[in-house]
Amino acid sequence: MKIGIVCPYSWDVPGGVQQHIRDLAEALIDEGHDVSVISPADDDTPLPPYVVGAGRAVPVPYNGSVARLSFGFLSVSRVRRWIRDGDFDVLHVHEPEIPSLSLLACWVASGPIVATVHTAIPRSRILLVTYPVVRTGMEKINGRIAVSEAARTTLVEHIGGDAVVIPNGVATRRYRKADPLPGWPGAGGAIGFLGRLDEPRKGLSVLLKAFEILGPQRPGLRLLVAGPSGDEQDILNRVSDGLRDRVVLLGQVSEEDKVRVLHSVDVFCSPNTGGESFGIVTAEAMAAGVPIVASDIDAFRQVLRGGEAGELFATGDAADLARVAGRLLDDAARREQLSAAALAAVADYDWSVVAKDVFSVYETVVLGSTQAAVTALSNGFP
Amino acid sequence: MITDIVIVVAAALLIGVYVSWRAGRIDRLHARVDMARAALDATLLRRSSAAMELAGSGLLDPATGLLLAAAVHGTRSSDRPRDLAESDLTRALRAAFSQPDFRTSLSGKEGADELLTEVEGTAHQVYLARKFYNDVVAATRDARRRPLARVLRLSGRAKAPEFFEMDDSLTAEKTGASLGL
Repeated sequence: MKIGIVCPYSWDVPGGVQQHIRDLAEALIDEGHDVSVISPADDDTPLPPYVVGAGRAVPVPYNGSVARLSFGFLSVSRVRRWIRDGDFDVLHVHEPEIPSLSLLACWVASGPIVATVHTAIPRSRILLVTYPVVRTGMEKINGRIAVSEAARTTLVEHIGGDAVVIPNGVATRRYRKADPLPGWPGAGGAIGFLGRLDEPRKGLSVLLKAFEILGPQRPGLRLLVAGPSGDEQDILNRVSDGLRDRVVLLGQVSEEDKVRVLHSVDVFCSPNTGGESFGIVTAEAMAAGVPIVASDIDAFRQVLRGGEAGELFATGDAADLARVAGRLLDDAARREQLSAAALAAVADYDWSVVAKDVFSVYETVVLGSTQAAVTALSNGFP
Repeated sequence: MITDIVIVVAAALLIGVYVSWRAGRIDRLHARVDMARAALDATLLRRSSAAMELAGSGLLDPATGLLLAAAVHGTRSSDRPRDLAESDLTRALRAAFSQPDFRTSLSGKEGADELLTEVEGTAHQVYLARKFYNDVVAATRDARRRPLARVLRLSGRAKAPEFFEMDDSLTAEKTGASLGL
């Protein structure tokens, strides 16, 4: 099948949506499909052979922060040309509610269109205000996919209609084996954290508070923290003097080192306080087979099968995290058991499985369409 | 003797008149600040209405329309400080208007010229109204800071007016710095 995929964010910027699209496209290509991805990208960025650049994304304020997006009539004509040249059987847009390429593709295209919604956002008036502007594009979507139950709820509440939930895939092969970092996890045990340090929702402060409780009780226990941004000194200042040298901050790490970090700890902690629609990092930790302690938010409860494939603690409650993590650090048998359960559970999320689910959505949409292929409308734009 | 009393009384009268004139001036300045603020609010509202009209007009591609609509929504919600939200709207408008050949791409479309002219016109009014407002705020703050005004508390309980700072130029250079990056 000829599949056209639209990415709304710059290919050269690392991000969950871009990674999702890359893994999905590669899994579909492995299955023998003909895939083309269009994405904003800087002109000098080397792109994989299946990606077509749509020009540089422009930084603009959106929703209270600055985002790099592609909009305007030049982007429209690039998308239109790509659709014309591609002669796709199905068009798959990602995050069509963002003012970028995907929305434009929906607007220009006619034919079988599938959309994937990634973000879960709390109910707000913004979509009520802006929806009339994007209605024409959104109404053309024939099949919707949400990457999580939370993202689906967002879509249903804001836009109406329904979506099938197909969770993100994990390229499990990449996580299965790696050498621990030298000297880790060490005799006293180690707890790991991955994620942005300065984003409160990622919950690092909950973990630091829990370490204040666990650290004094367990003289050898160390904390391994990897992730971009954040003032290192500020983070260390949040830990009491005696514990400071047992908190190791790695900063931003490469993909390979990320896998090594996961293999360097006895327990991996996902202390997020909300906002997570799937928890890709948690799933990656599962693919590495490291025992997990995660906050009891919807997204984690779902990937961890209600606690079967990882321990859950009361969201935001450092004392509860300390209790659960402590118990797990003392119980090697339970860790073995969780590791095996996590590996088994994460197999369901492997991209090879997920891409098949996505493909069956394509088939359904193509079957229900009166049009044999995706075509481009002129919309009165050059 | 008599002349001394006359001089003292006259001096006291003159000082009284002068002080009351100064107090009256500060009072008038505060009233002018309120008026200038009302005018600024009105122009900001007109600009956001014009931007919303453009966003929903169907003239623009939906991504640009959505950007503008979201920015207009920001100026009407209380989630974000007013100055930041209005600056965001300016930047969103600038991103739309600074596309190469933006006007030419819309020329000839029904109502396009009127709408674009209205958005640009209201944006220019925001620039003017903000300039006038900040001028009178500066004058008021200056008058309040004089020693006599401070010692005699001539401004009473009225709070010192604040400047309104925002990015209000649709034609600023499209550099990263001007976008606050």
